[in-house]
Amino acid sequence: MDLLNLAIKSIFIDNMVFAYFLGMCSYLAVSKKVDTALGLGLAVTFVLTITVPLNWLVYNYILKEGALSWLGEQYAGVSLDFLTYILFIAVVASTVQLVEMIIEKFSPSLYGSLGIFLPLIAVNCSILGAAFFMVPREYSIVEAGVYGFSSGIGWLIAIIALAAIREKMKYSNVPAPLRGLGITFIITGLMGLAFMSFMGIAL
Amino acid sequence: MSTETVAAKKSEALFSKRRKAIVTDPLDDDNPVTVQVLGICSALAVTSKLEPTLVMSIAVTFVIIFSNLIVSILRNAIPQRIRIIVQLGIVASLVIIVDQVLKAYLYDVSKVVGVYVGLIITNCIVMGRLEAFAMANKPYDSILDGLGSSFGYAWVILVVAFFRELFGSGTLFDIRVLPEAYVNNGLMTSPVGAFIIIGLIIWVQRARNGYVEEA
Repeated sequence: MDLLNLAIKSIFIDNMVFAYFLGMCSYLAVSKKVDTALGLGLAVTFVLTITVPLNWLVYNYILKEGALSWLGEQYAGVSLDFLTYILFIAVVASTVQLVEMIIEKFSPSLYGSLGIFLPLIAVNCSILGAAFFMVPREYSIVEAGVYGFSSGIGWLIAIIALAAIREKMKYSNVPAPLRGLGITFIITGLMGLAFMSFMGIAL
Repeated sequence: MSTETVAAKKSEALFSKRRKAIVTDPLDDDNPVTVQVLGICSALAVTSKLEPTLVMSIAVTFVIIFSNLIVSILRNAIPQRIRIIVQLGIVASLVIIVDQVLKAYLYDVSKVVGVYVGLIITNCIVMGRLEAFAMANKPYDSILDGLGSSFGYAWVILVVAFFRELFGSGTLFDIRVLPEAYVNNGLMTSPVGAFIIIGLIIWVQRARNGYVEEA
């Protein structure tokens, strides 16, 4: 039940886009068509589900103060906390590369639809952001996995909804300087307003 | 990603017209936030107050200038195939420096800015400038380019923060500006306010310089 609560919280209330502005760059750039938005959203969910638990392992067994005690008594006081950023980004970048190669090898059709998005994802802030959020919240590894997956789903919902709205927007007469980016921001704001109504939901 | 190579003459004035353009273009016509749509994540998240926004812009300026400089110096030594990871490594190390300095000297602000300092690593402005400019240009030009891009980024987020703090809390740099009778607009402190304000800034800016995006 706690896990379900966590999932609902990270999908709707703490939505990556509307509450934390994460992954905005690709959110704005790749939301012109629903198909591509779906592809990118799935790829983000996929990578988040893998990297958040992976970074959890890295943090809890390498970086945290005392995390190295499995190496021996003399390392019990070592804290490599300051290396968090560089190690997390290395994990994310190499996982993305690895996932890309594995998908290419075993499922060319999936690679055809997801492949082009994977390199984009290494620098998608939502991936790294989720890893940073996980640290102070002290999740267990299962919770970390659920958190990664549901954050991805939240992002997926947001980008698909935006892409659908933008497809319909073609038929409306937006003031010329506001066209494109400007109106997209305002729509995102209004969507955020709608998502605020989920606040306080708990099972 | 396109690579802009600027043909440089052998001996060029320290502040030639071309170099001036490198600095001034990103301020308006080629603004990283409002025109190139880069670096939005961190641009919005820290802008509910002016103080963290100022710290964030200084941090980004530092990271962009130095990563541009370092990558530009190393540009002929970095193998093409692994350039992204090399760039990420350089940027991440600079961000660690910024983070440690903030934690040591500005602890209160560093708690507010929090993870968003770490997210400078994936700030697309940094990576974008490295890929598009520093990999192909000389160190001095790259520093100027970094300066221009980061100022272009800084003014946008400072304007957003100005309006959000003024209407959301009635203060500027935590000093009361609006009369006590003003009821704070909670919408401005929530993320929604940031989205709407940046949308309006883009509207004003594009109405002024006549840039129209094909929808």
